[in-house]
Amino acid sequence: MANTKEVRKQIASIKSTQKITSAMEMVAASKIRKTQDEMRLGRPYSEKIKEVISHIATSSSEYSHPFYEHRETKKACFIVVSTDKGLCGGLNTNLFKSLIQVASTLNKQGIESSFALIGAKAATFFKSVGGNVVAKVQKLGDKPDPDALIGLTKTVLDLHQSGEIDRVLLCSNRFVNTMTQDPNVQQLIPLPAPEEGDLTTIHWDYIYEPEAKELLEGLMTRYIESLIYHAVVENSACEQAAKMFAMKNATENAGELIKELELLYNNVRQAAITQELSEIVSGAAAV
Amino acid sequence: MSTIKVSIVSSSEEIYSGEGTMVFATGSLGEIGIAPGHAPLLTGLVPGPVRVQNGDDEKTFFCSGGFIEIQPDIVTFLSDRAERAESMDEAEAIKAQEMAEKNMHDKEAELDYTKAAAQLAEAAARIKTIQKLRKNK
Repeated sequence: MANTKEVRKQIASIKSTQKITSAMEMVAASKIRKTQDEMRLGRPYSEKIKEVISHIATSSSEYSHPFYEHRETKKACFIVVSTDKGLCGGLNTNLFKSLIQVASTLNKQGIESSFALIGAKAATFFKSVGGNVVAKVQKLGDKPDPDALIGLTKTVLDLHQSGEIDRVLLCSNRFVNTMTQDPNVQQLIPLPAPEEGDLTTIHWDYIYEPEAKELLEGLMTRYIESLIYHAVVENSACEQAAKMFAMKNATENAGELIKELELLYNNVRQAAITQELSEIVSGAAAV
Repeated sequence: MSTIKVSIVSSSEEIYSGEGTMVFATGSLGEIGIAPGHAPLLTGLVPGPVRVQNGDDEKTFFCSGGFIEIQPDIVTFLSDRAERAESMDEAEAIKAQEMAEKNMHDKEAELDYTKAAAQLAEAAARIKTIQKLRKNK
């Protein structure tokens, strides 16, 4: 049977782990608020630019943007938004699972996939499984900077422009609430055709200052950037929520383990006392 | 009096959303005044002040570069960054301008010239906004 000292040591080590996990839980809980605020603050811009883009889509523009062009898809590019740090439960694993699923369906249709990765976890994952990685961004921190994503977006859009990829998909976690985060794959390019509405029936167009091509290109790029940025911010809210729950579970599990070990400790201690007593009694009887 | 719906948003927050009888801003081809019922227009937004008039009330905002979309009843400013002019610090702006100028003249520094020029334009526009605001007071 184990001796009391060993059991005590084990309990102490689990207790210190529990302290760490419960601290991490609290940190994540406070960060959720911040990331959710950021998500909320960024929403008006995403909504407005979406509105503007939908207006443009309904106009009978003199210049049709390549993002609306549906070409035969031979190669697709996934923009994968993952977290930089682990300890957030199955968040990244679930995302990669659904990504692989979509990629393999495309593969069956004869469409090759390449990947642009955001976050260190995606980088590690693709290092182990392989795959054609075209761009990588890591260490965005808790407050992602939109500027940090420009390079990656540009690489992908340039590849699209040069015809090397025909379809761009964004793979990230949706923040449903603090309990649920859903992996989601969304098509960025080609952009969906405008819905039939009042504006589609009449023929109208903007006055462009200066050139339609230049303006629309800038605006479309900005739109794609804003979608990606929003996905990154949303993913970081997901990360904190998932982390909070993972750490909460870890803390609870540690508590249970400590309870069991304390029971074992008491058993061992009691057995030692009994043994000692019986030794003393038998010693006294022998004298 | 008829009004136009004005929204000014930046990638990190919503700056202003409300009605206006007249809006002034600097587009990529020059200053524009937007009244309700304006023809649909799409243009670039140059860093500078955006003034929203609603009757006698006038508000000034600072917008860095971006886009302006105008529909007869809506005007949307998509700014990379926008802020209330009241909250801006002139000293900060001047410091930023000096920094940008220094960067431009400093040939030794390996610096993106276009980036420095953009920084300088933004800092100058900020100062312009603040000074305009001072004059109005």
